[in-house]
Amino acid sequence: MKELFIILFSAILVDNFVLSKFLGICSFLGVSKNLKTAMGMSGAVILVMLASTALTWPIQIFLLNPMHLAFLQTLVFILVIAALVQMIEMVMKKTMPPLYNALGIYLPLITTNCAVLGVAILNITKSYSFLDAMINALGGGLGYMLSLFLFSGVRSKVDKADVPAALKGLPITLIAASLVAVSFFGFKGLVENLFS
Amino acid sequence: MNDNAVDKTYVAPDERRVEQKKKDSLLHILMAGILFENPAFLLVLGTCPLLAITISAKDALFMGFAVIFVQVGSELFISILRKAIPDKVRIPAFITVIAGFVTIVQMLVSAYFPALNDTLGIYIPLIVVNCIVLARAEAFASKKPVLASVVDGLGMGTGFTVALVLMGSIREILGNGTFFGMHLPLFGTVIEPMMFFILPPGGFFVYGLCICFTQMVVRWFQKKSGKPISNAPVVGHCDTCGTCAGCDVSEGNKV
Repeated sequence: MKELFIILFSAILVDNFVLSKFLGICSFLGVSKNLKTAMGMSGAVILVMLASTALTWPIQIFLLNPMHLAFLQTLVFILVIAALVQMIEMVMKKTMPPLYNALGIYLPLITTNCAVLGVAILNITKSYSFLDAMINALGGGLGYMLSLFLFSGVRSKVDKADVPAALKGLPITLIAASLVAVSFFGFKGLVENLFS
Repeated sequence: MNDNAVDKTYVAPDERRVEQKKKDSLLHILMAGILFENPAFLLVLGTCPLLAITISAKDALFMGFAVIFVQVGSELFISILRKAIPDKVRIPAFITVIAGFVTIVQMLVSAYFPALNDTLGIYIPLIVVNCIVLARAEAFASKKPVLASVVDGLGMGTGFTVALVLMGSIREILGNGTFFGMHLPLFGTVIEPMMFFILPPGGFFVYGLCICFTQMVVRWFQKKSGKPISNAPVVGHCDTCGTCAGCDVSEGNKV
């Protein structure tokens, strides 16, 4: 139980997927302009991360490893994730229209989000058990949500600020992201001490 | 008297053809990739490896080579197959081709450079979802002839490598006091290396400044020549990005 909490909290806070592992930066910069889209995107990312981990982990352990095809990992994972996202979108549209309206438009963008493929591969390279892998995926998704939540707040102020012309737009956004990343350093060492 | 009022933006058909030819010339395509449409600093693609592995210049250089290989290989194949791939399934088809080349790189690296495999880690398989490769496949290789696509791949790959090595050098020199692993004079004695630069926040910071300076250089070039050199789109614009980022879903819903 303790290990699961450690995995969860280090994925959310210490090894935050966006701010410390740099996964999903494209969408981090793209959708953080306002809080509503940021939360919609995060919800979709959490969903797809959990679903893709639930699918890719068994494929690697029960299919690729016994057949000595581990080198096909990248190819298989990205195709599985692409197909999965397509399927989730179709099922959701048919059975859960309200949820589809909230998350649907973000789903096609997630196929090539590196955080999703990243979490699938990391679960294998860290040789997590299935439960560990699912918790890691949940933590990764929640961490993505937390960083987007914080950053969209910062960004709404930065966009209104009066900055030198050369820094306008993306440069100042990245520097703001740098400061948000600094704040996450406060969590270093937190997890080990919290559960020891 | 009317001559003075002639619209300056009008270009005669002949000139336009020359202009178009110039844009299609191989050197122009190569230079566009390296400077005027630099994928990392102007199109803002492939940010993940750019921030993650630029802790040292050497890792950045090797990552650049890997990206050049994947970029050239996949653009070559996609350009050859561009008429055979049905339009509806083109994105999965492109991803499959790219993933094939990434797998080749992964196997080569783990066979010949095991140490590198540890430092670059998951960022090698993540080249698959690197926006540069997919975006260029979609925007260029699926429409243009083979040779032009290969040159475009080479230019974009080189441009990305230049950006990687530049950021890697800045972060390694300032953060660690070394350059390609060599110890630099003054650092450690007179100048204390600043840890900030090799930590994740330093990555965002240096990247922001690099984008700022590259934009200034390109603007200066454009001012000097008096006309836009490239049709480089607005930074972070959806069209450059293919399918990867959640660019402004709220506004345009460009999926």
